[in-house]
Amino acid sequence: MALLEVKDLKVRVEEREILHGLTLTVNEGEVHAIMGPNGSGKSTLSHVIAGKPGYEVTDGQILFKGEDLLEMDPEERAAKGVFLAFQYPVEIPGVATMNFLRTALNAQRKARGESEYSTPDFLKKVREVSKSLNIPQDMLKRGVNVGFSGGEKKRNEVLQMALFEPSLCILDEMDSGLDIDALRIAADGVNALRSPKRAMVVITHYQRLLNYIVPDFVHVMSKGRVVKSGDKQLALELEESGYTQFEDAA
Amino acid sequence: MNVALAKTGTGRAVSDLFTSAEGRLPGSPAVIAVRRQAFETYERLGLPHRRLEEWKYTDLRALVGEVLPLAATPDAAALSRAAEAVKAHGFAGARKLVLVDGMFAADLSDVKALASEVSVKTLRETLEKESGDLLATASTDAMISLNAAMATDGVVVSIADGAQLSAPIQIIHIATAASASAFTRSQLRIGNGVRATIIESFVAAGAAAYQVNDAVLVTIGDNADVAHIRLMDDAPDAVNITSEIITVGANTKLNFFNMTTGGAVSRLQGFITLAGEGSELAVNGVNLLKKTEHGDSTLVVDHAVPHCTSREIFRAVIDDRAHSVFQGRIIVRPDAQKTDGKMMTRALLLSDEAEADNKPELEIFADDVSCGHGATAGALDDSLLFYLRARGLPEKDAQALLIQAFVGEAIEQIADDDLREHVIGIAERWLERRS
Ligand SMILES: Nc1ncnc2c1ncn2[C@@H]1O[C@H](COP(=O)(O)OP(=O)(O)O)[C@@H](O)[C@H]1O
Ligand SMILES: [Mg+2]
Repeated sequence: MALLEVKDLKVRVEEREILHGLTLTVNEGEVHAIMGPNGSGKSTLSHVIAGKPGYEVTDGQILFKGEDLLEMDPEERAAKGVFLAFQYPVEIPGVATMNFLRTALNAQRKARGESEYSTPDFLKKVREVSKSLNIPQDMLKRGVNVGFSGGEKKRNEVLQMALFEPSLCILDEMDSGLDIDALRIAADGVNALRSPKRAMVVITHYQRLLNYIVPDFVHVMSKGRVVKSGDKQLALELEESGYTQFEDAA
Repeated sequence: MNVALAKTGTGRAVSDLFTSAEGRLPGSPAVIAVRRQAFETYERLGLPHRRLEEWKYTDLRALVGEVLPLAATPDAAALSRAAEAVKAHGFAGARKLVLVDGMFAADLSDVKALASEVSVKTLRETLEKESGDLLATASTDAMISLNAAMATDGVVVSIADGAQLSAPIQIIHIATAASASAFTRSQLRIGNGVRATIIESFVAAGAAAYQVNDAVLVTIGDNADVAHIRLMDDAPDAVNITSEIITVGANTKLNFFNMTTGGAVSRLQGFITLAGEGSELAVNGVNLLKKTEHGDSTLVVDHAVPHCTSREIFRAVIDDRAHSVFQGRIIVRPDAQKTDGKMMTRALLLSDEAEADNKPELEIFADDVSCGHGATAGALDDSLLFYLRARGLPEKDAQALLIQAFVGEAIEQIADDDLREHVIGIAERWLERRS
């Protein structure tokens, strides 16, 4: 069974249709890249999969492990293994990162009927993962993303991904605002999480990221649809020829 | 027409109240004369209403209507319920002074465990054996006058110069009598160089629909360092009007904090005078209100001398149809050059019908000062809520985390770790009751 099936999805925001019948199938273990120009609807797709309020699905379906994802609250989706690494992670003053991580992890475990993590186990795990991502411990004492640089915010997203162990990771423009060193650290973190049980959807505007996170499939999005699919070769072609050829096709 | 009726009705109720209570009010005939005078002042003014500038947003005639009869002196059953409340609401390690239904409860209090530099008497014995001085204040406020007329008891605490108190003193007001009033008046005399923490807690032990009118007269000497923490955690249908009249000496630090987490109608009115140079005042507060609750923090900070600073941080969280009021006045007297006074108030509205009123006032009569105020009101940020939910937090938990962070900005001004945790615990219980 496919892990994620998006079927003929139509989505409106404020009376305007943004996705016009989008279809995408992702199986366990696969890494899919979604590329496309700004405004083509990539973030909209990621938000609808994660359950962000404010989007109206007028047609189509999203199944996750065979279940209707659109019927679930965002927190339910998270507990079932959907994770979105945000393009713009928000700052939450007054909520210490460590406290947030523990509260979120235990909320997910509770929803799945699992026992809470013990504090030493939790701390050990956070320490391990944050070390591999080059995240200093004192950053974890600060408010969530407060005063973090762009690169630190993205690494904090990868840290959460590693802690929560989701089965579907959607990475929305993980490379935006990152210099090459920061990008490499974050990509290494993501690659470490690749597994036969886990699928990833890597959304990006540029081919550059795909040198570090090498996809099995590449989809080109334009104006709210997938207009072409292929293997990693397609990303290289796009680098040469740009997106304009698809603007007309869409 | 309605107003006139309300006034007559109210006046008659209180009048009955005073005559029927007179036999139970402590004090010599001279003291009773002082009370009668205070009562006449009250009767002339009546219950405060919206046409009085100071009570504009808290119209007691509309919100409360009448003053309930005096609570009976607590019996054994009441005292045993109060003992449970002391266990539940006492701050670990604090020396407790307990007032039950307006009467000092010696058996529930830790008078013997107090440090040798601390002396405690009751208001009752002071009025009976000494004088009626404690009933006199310069205030023209109707509720403070009513308090002077009706106060049945209170604690008179003196802390000697130089005392460094390791244990906080906690005054716990406990209501056990339903549909009755408690009037208390206390005095805190805090000497020079004292370091102390004073906590005042207002709680119920099974009582509903009670009324509290409390007044506290505080004087703090020079070079002192005082934390004064107030926790108004009353029953949901209670009324609590409480007045703090505080005078601060020179080079003293006062960290004053109030949190309201209950009560149909609550008002803290604080009148703080900075009377000695070089002092630093922090006034912080949190209102957590739901249903139809009304919570009012009215603070007057009077910079009477130069070179003092005052900082006020207020946070209100307002759910359902609740109403939060913050009135902050900073007065800078002509001599009070180099005054630095700021206040910042923020309201978090959890429902469309929640209401926040904010009235800052700066009365500045000196020219070389730095004063300011700011205010915001708004809902929880949807993008933050979604981020937390996308990480697995149920909606109520996500809200709770953001609310805690919001009030944390005021609560974190409490320096003592244990006391801060105690206060956070009360806020958390409010959040649990909400969901
Ligand atoms: N909340 C919103 N309100 C109105 N229009 C929106 C909103 N979010 C996205 N859009 C519009 O939807 C289109 C797709 O946006 P988005 O999904 O962010 O694209 P991408 O991530 O591919 O750059 C854009 O035209 C954008 O302006
Ligand atoms: Mg985008």
